[in-house]
Amino acid sequence: MQKWADNRAWFLILPVFLVVAFSAIIPLMTVVNYSVQDILGPGMSVFVGSEWYKEVLHNPRLHDALFRQLTFSFCVLAIEIPLGVGVALTLPRKKGVWASTCLVLLALPLLIPWNVVGTIWVMFSRPDIGLAGVTLNEIFHFPYNYTADPLHSWLTVLVMDVWHWTPLIVLLGYAGLQAIPEAYYQAAKIDGASRFAVFRYIQLPKMRGVLLIALLLRFMDSFMIYTEPFVLTGGGPGNSTTFLSQFLTRLAVGQFDVGPAAAFSLIYFLIVLLFCFVFYTTIVNLGKGEAQ
Amino acid sequence: MARIDLNEIAHSYKPNPQGPDDYALKRIHTTWDDGGAYALLGPSGCGKTTMLNIISGLLEPSQGQILYDGKDVSKLPPEKRNIAQVFQFPVLYDTMTVYENLAFPLKNRKVPKDEIHKRVLEIAEILDLSPDLNKKAAGLSADAKQKISLGRGLVRSDVAAILFDEPLTVIDPHLKWQLRRKLKEIHKRFKLTLIYVTHDQVEAMTFADKIVVMYEGELVQIGTPEELFENPEHTFVGYFIGSPGMNLMECTVSGGVARAAGMDIPVSGVGTRRAEEASGKQKVEVGIRPMYLDVREPDAEGLPARIINVEDLGSAKIVTLEFGDTTVKARVPEDKALPAEECKLFFPPEKTKVFIDGRLAK
Repeated sequence: MQKWADNRAWFLILPVFLVVAFSAIIPLMTVVNYSVQDILGPGMSVFVGSEWYKEVLHNPRLHDALFRQLTFSFCVLAIEIPLGVGVALTLPRKKGVWASTCLVLLALPLLIPWNVVGTIWVMFSRPDIGLAGVTLNEIFHFPYNYTADPLHSWLTVLVMDVWHWTPLIVLLGYAGLQAIPEAYYQAAKIDGASRFAVFRYIQLPKMRGVLLIALLLRFMDSFMIYTEPFVLTGGGPGNSTTFLSQFLTRLAVGQFDVGPAAAFSLIYFLIVLLFCFVFYTTIVNLGKGEAQ
Repeated sequence: MARIDLNEIAHSYKPNPQGPDDYALKRIHTTWDDGGAYALLGPSGCGKTTMLNIISGLLEPSQGQILYDGKDVSKLPPEKRNIAQVFQFPVLYDTMTVYENLAFPLKNRKVPKDEIHKRVLEIAEILDLSPDLNKKAAGLSADAKQKISLGRGLVRSDVAAILFDEPLTVIDPHLKWQLRRKLKEIHKRFKLTLIYVTHDQVEAMTFADKIVVMYEGELVQIGTPEELFENPEHTFVGYFIGSPGMNLMECTVSGGVARAAGMDIPVSGVGTRRAEEASGKQKVEVGIRPMYLDVREPDAEGLPARIINVEDLGSAKIVTLEFGDTTVKARVPEDKALPAEECKLFFPPEKTKVFIDGRLAK
């Protein structure tokens, strides 16, 4: 195909540039603007350079939040991905009423808004009236109380997330499994492959693409978790469920430390961008490796 | 090595088959000789793949038994039967290297490591895969992938039969020849029973010693390519094999003459008497291969016809003729001079076949 060198073509992408400018670049620049100034009051601001960045990066409470966040995201992935794949494998392989019913039932949690999920679990786990709370306390005599015990609260958020989002992995995994032609299973049968070998050498490699996307989606989403801990305990007890979003919101809206909050926003953004880049590169190279 | 007997096999995909139409395979009783190269030929949906899957054990037939060397294997799963199957699309374990792919069936059968190594190297050598042994299987070309699929079957020393389900569909035409030659070579060397499903008659004829023609869930004829061409036992074999297919015309037979399309075509042979009895009661057809139809000058002996079209194929000419109230095709040599329009058609009686209800009258 012949390529034409005509610089007027740049005008064609002008509309996109304008839209992106208004939706992303300009808001982002205001954040950049805040992050390098100390705003003392209306019309009174001092340029402080990288001071806020230094302060934020050395803030021990932020380190704690980041550590909690990474631990949480790691746990979410470590539970949801294997669990989702496991459930997808048990679903009927042939399309039919059964498979559809299972999928619809499984997908129900995905339809519930975040704050409603939070509220449901608040009700569900209350030690005095909640089904889970009462069961644990009265029947198993386990002193469960998410408002008082940091670990309980942290685990409750984790279970909540697993309940809410594992179905997504199931759906993606099931789609991946459906794309495997029947001949693969037949060949494996003739080759005398065990059930595990079929999983290890056929199903898992064929699901690799969708699972990477699932991994990316779940990582990003859990890394930005806000509503569920907010509804459950508001980040407490103590700071036990204060993840990065909570921390940022407190900084910006609670304490009105706009400068450090803006600096931290940008750092947060860069972390997310970094992970996205790593995942993206992995996915793209995965396809290349097979083509060669 | 195995001789495969299909004993009154029938299969239906429906749980409660009612009439014969519910059956994908209708009562098949046949024997595949040890070491034979068979092609299973038929149009899409005639039950070829069903038959193959029943032989390999991927499908349990609704009725009947399968015997390998006289031993009933009907209830055995595929991995317990000593067969291998190559599918339409290359089936590979993507994450494994070529070596691991070839070793996989042996590893699953707990064969000792050094034995596996020996077998894999040997088979790779035969299939010209040796230089690629350490490459990832997923990156290879389609023909190499199909060779690996085949190799996974050959590598097992107990394999007696290899089943192919249209294995050359995804291969480039010029590589098809090579791969087919390789198959023949392997057949000679290992003396395996090969069953090769295809809907391409050229492929079937070049590959197989014997062709099994299937039509609507039935085996209609088993024979060498020549037998199928010269003596089709079913009208389906007549028009499916050969290009163009056999000319078939509905007729009534009386006094050694088949009356079709308003013309009297002389017929001979043992089937003529039965065809006479069947005329009027059953569907009787007269058929002749385009190759044997003789197009002659208008003043020669024969039945009147008119040439309406001539297609030049380079090696031969296909002549379409108006004959009575129908049209027939004739295949004439490239250098033969044709009359302008009006002509005579001569039906050599020994090449003119009569069919009753689709089957050859005999």
